[in-house]
Amino acid sequence: MNAQIRTVGTVSALMVLALLLNLTYLNLVREDSLQANPYNIRAREAEFDIHRGQILAGNVVIADSIESDDGSIFRYQRVYTDGPLYSPITGFYSYIYGSSRIENSFNRELVGSSSSQWLQRLIDTISGRTPQGASVVTTISPRLQEAARDAMQGYSGAIVAMEPHTGAILALVTSPSYDPSRLASHNLTDVRDAWQELTTDPRQPMADRATREIFPPGSTFKLVVAAAALESGYTPDTMIDTPSRVQLPGTEVWLPNSTDCGNTQVTLARALQLSCNTSFANIGHDLGGNALRLQAEKFGFNAEYLPELGAVASNFPTQLDEAQVMLSSIGQFDVAATPLQMAMVASTFVNNGQLSEPYLVQEVRAPDLSILYEHTDHSSLVVSPSTAASMREMMVAAVTNGTGTGAQIPGVIVGGKSGTAESDPDNPNYAWFVSFALNPDVVVVVFLQRHDDTPDDLWGGGDAAPVARKVLQATR
Amino acid sequence: MPTARIARRTPRRRWMVADMAESESRGYPTRGVAQLLLILAGQSIGFAGYFLTSLLRDNVLPPLWPVMAACWFGLGVVLHIGVRIAVPYTDPIILPIVLTLTGIGLAMLNRIDLTSDDPPMVYSQFLAVGLGAAALLTIVFLLKDPRRLKGYPFLLSTLAFILLLLPLIPGLGSEVYGSRIWISVGPFSFQPAEIAKLVLAASFAAYLCDKSEVLSLAGRRFLGLDLPRMRDLGPVMVMWAVSLSIMVFQNDLGTSLLFFGLFVMMIYVATGKVSWVIIGLALFTAGGAAVLRFAGHVQRRIDFWLHPFDYPDDATQIIQAQFGFSNGGLFGSGWGLGRPDLIIFSYSDMIAAAVGEEIGIVGLMGIIVLYALLVFRGLKTSLIATDSFTKLFAAGLSFGFLLQTFAIIGGVTRLLPLTGLTTPFMSQGGSSMIANWILIAALIVISHQARRPHTAGGEVGAFGVTILGEEATQVITSRELAHLGTGTIRPVQAIDAEQVPLTDGGKPKVRSGDEWIDDVDPGSEETTEYEISPINEDTVRKVPESFLDDGLTRTTVVKGLFGEEEEITTTIDDIDDDYFWRGTD
Repeated sequence: MNAQIRTVGTVSALMVLALLLNLTYLNLVREDSLQANPYNIRAREAEFDIHRGQILAGNVVIADSIESDDGSIFRYQRVYTDGPLYSPITGFYSYIYGSSRIENSFNRELVGSSSSQWLQRLIDTISGRTPQGASVVTTISPRLQEAARDAMQGYSGAIVAMEPHTGAILALVTSPSYDPSRLASHNLTDVRDAWQELTTDPRQPMADRATREIFPPGSTFKLVVAAAALESGYTPDTMIDTPSRVQLPGTEVWLPNSTDCGNTQVTLARALQLSCNTSFANIGHDLGGNALRLQAEKFGFNAEYLPELGAVASNFPTQLDEAQVMLSSIGQFDVAATPLQMAMVASTFVNNGQLSEPYLVQEVRAPDLSILYEHTDHSSLVVSPSTAASMREMMVAAVTNGTGTGAQIPGVIVGGKSGTAESDPDNPNYAWFVSFALNPDVVVVVFLQRHDDTPDDLWGGGDAAPVARKVLQATR
Repeated sequence: MPTARIARRTPRRRWMVADMAESESRGYPTRGVAQLLLILAGQSIGFAGYFLTSLLRDNVLPPLWPVMAACWFGLGVVLHIGVRIAVPYTDPIILPIVLTLTGIGLAMLNRIDLTSDDPPMVYSQFLAVGLGAAALLTIVFLLKDPRRLKGYPFLLSTLAFILLLLPLIPGLGSEVYGSRIWISVGPFSFQPAEIAKLVLAASFAAYLCDKSEVLSLAGRRFLGLDLPRMRDLGPVMVMWAVSLSIMVFQNDLGTSLLFFGLFVMMIYVATGKVSWVIIGLALFTAGGAAVLRFAGHVQRRIDFWLHPFDYPDDATQIIQAQFGFSNGGLFGSGWGLGRPDLIIFSYSDMIAAAVGEEIGIVGLMGIIVLYALLVFRGLKTSLIATDSFTKLFAAGLSFGFLLQTFAIIGGVTRLLPLTGLTTPFMSQGGSSMIANWILIAALIVISHQARRPHTAGGEVGAFGVTILGEEATQVITSRELAHLGTGTIRPVQAIDAEQVPLTDGGKPKVRSGDEWIDDVDPGSEETTEYEISPINEDTVRKVPESFLDDGLTRTTVVKGLFGEEEEITTTIDDIDDDYFWRGTD
């Protein structure tokens, strides 16, 4: 019997070993992710005792921590300058509901617990100084951000302004917005009420339309199709069959033009200028779904960018039949993009065919002003420089004498492409304007969405182009 | 006077025989002072927790601390004295471990009370500790021989099953948080499963020590396994059905697993047949899988275990426990500085999480090691116990205790799905506390019986072979018999893998190496030399230092089975230093 008892002893020892190893694993492997988990109230509680770092837009402090005197258990109060304006960038930082956007993605740096800050932590601990987090400096230009918000007055939607050569995001506005101060309050009842109100508001003030939601890009997607065409041998002067309507292969559905394109043949440049649906349906049909998808993916579709904000991937579908290819060519069917994605498309043209990946955080500065992190540009070749030049010319033509005339600025070279898309017949349409201005070079994408106060029909040229013009104007 | 001289052919092992004779005759050292010092040291850990909680949280000494100190350390001293008087030879480590764990549990309950709006729990818990200690003392004074339980296997198992099924009786049983494992009588409520655990271990032991030889008979051979005979499967099936019905009707996966695991382990210890373990696990897995299909809560527990963060509103216990551990880190947040208020049931099921947060992963590991030490002392007690009933009983109690601890701490730390079991000696709850003290009382008594001198009462423990005067048949292995030298014991049945019939005429059948020796003459005056064939490691003990210093030759006198004295002379000339020294006494 003793031999069996010894076996039981061995099994028991193994069970105890499993418990101990599991605890070791918990401590070594799981601890980091648990500390970063947004549900972790304990970690946040510890963070609330830390002088959290600032978030800056240029030299303007847009999020700061100040000593709290409200008698609560928390030592610091998070304050947001012009909260609704900058909330798509800062996100919120709440005791109950965790954090979002930069408050979340740069939390470790802001509380001073990133691996590059260990020396600072050690010095603070030894010297008894209150630990202080690092500051996060964003690429946002306050002037442009404010201009974009003002231009957006009366509309729902989003504006993205981007420096095309570096990928720096200059403005990122989403409307309607919300004030993250309400969620940072130390009065937890107020916080709960605010959360309840914000999350149940049908206008979705906490949604980030600029980077975290995708919409049908409509005619602005013709930019991608035109670029694909130029890359595969078309020239701006190639004549395209442009009947007043085309039948989608295998269906009884007819796709009409929504502008007057002459009903015979037009050049590629003219088709883009007038946004002729049948021309682009035919180009797409000619190039094929695969070629379109590959070109779209070079522009950034089907991949995630701007992890600082947790931006979502724009979508170009695979496995398309002929009819779906034709619909996709005019930005319908399952094609969907974030305004950020369309800004990346336009940036590529301005940047001579190179796509500089968008970014939002320029640098992270320790309290002693040493640089803990600095952005480095990443770029890739998406289209040839000649294609990019042709695309620029065609977009300028569309503003000079086409669907984008609403974006004209006297004395400034402006290029653009309008878009009007319907997600489905019951829903109101979306209005887009993808634009750039040269010297200094800047890309502005305006996306408008209907809400109760807006007119029933939005369209890219009429509604979005003037908004874009106001933002472009502000860069002068 | 027969003299057993050990052959020179195996010099490196010969000392063991003599040593066994010595330690068996003298008994184990009693180590009373050590026990008292360990008790006080162990109690101080819990008391320090109680003290630190107030100091760290509120920067004051705990109110009433002199009273608490007097009660707490007084309890330890009283227990020590009682155990010293009643069962002086008992393992001196068991009681200190229990008091250490109890103290940490009490300190944590006191700490949870401080941040809770509910009525304080620590006083009623302290009362339960007192009742448990009183139960322990009662048992060690009144029930000195646990073998008395051996005579009632049927009664014990009936009692155990009644206890287990009590909560299902309408009006008596009550459902608490989805599990129907409580009974309420008036203002009192009780978890009968806690007591049933002990009664089951006793009934299994009584049943199995009767039947172990039958159960170990081989039936068919299948896939390299000796399957038991079909007709012997009956009790296993009964236990299987009972365990599954607990799972289904009482919604209690933990208890069900605990009892079935206990049963399978004990049947393995009794028979040595791995096939029983495999059959048991297969049965339980099949039954469990069937239940899983129909009982949603078991599936939910598994989901919560694997993907707790997919259920942030439901798996809060596991999630918050994880956050607690990560917050506490290696050395903990400090007493009173964690957030047990965020963990639901931090005072009962989840107390390991509350403790782990405040004294850290290292502290929790220390607690796990304490539990392990307790279990290994119990298994050790089982190893040296002198009859199969107490062996089985002690092994069952120890392994059952380990299973429970493993299941709940494993559940809390996300090694396993969380099951609703108490953490012994720490969780809030009177039934569990008292039942576990009774368990320890049984181990303490068994340990005392096994460790006390065996010269009295006609019991002889010579050569490491356990010989009981009261037993007509002693089953020992031929390896053990090889130690015997000239026969001194009768009658003897030797088994090693195959069954060997009893020899008649008082002549034992002895095997030496691969050779059967039929002419062992009990009581013979002549000196017979046997080779010590592969030695029974169970008998190996450390040679006391004094033994080595004494010189090269040692003569030990032990009392024989029928009162005759026996002298054993051993020569030591070649002790192998590399030998694995087993045992700690």
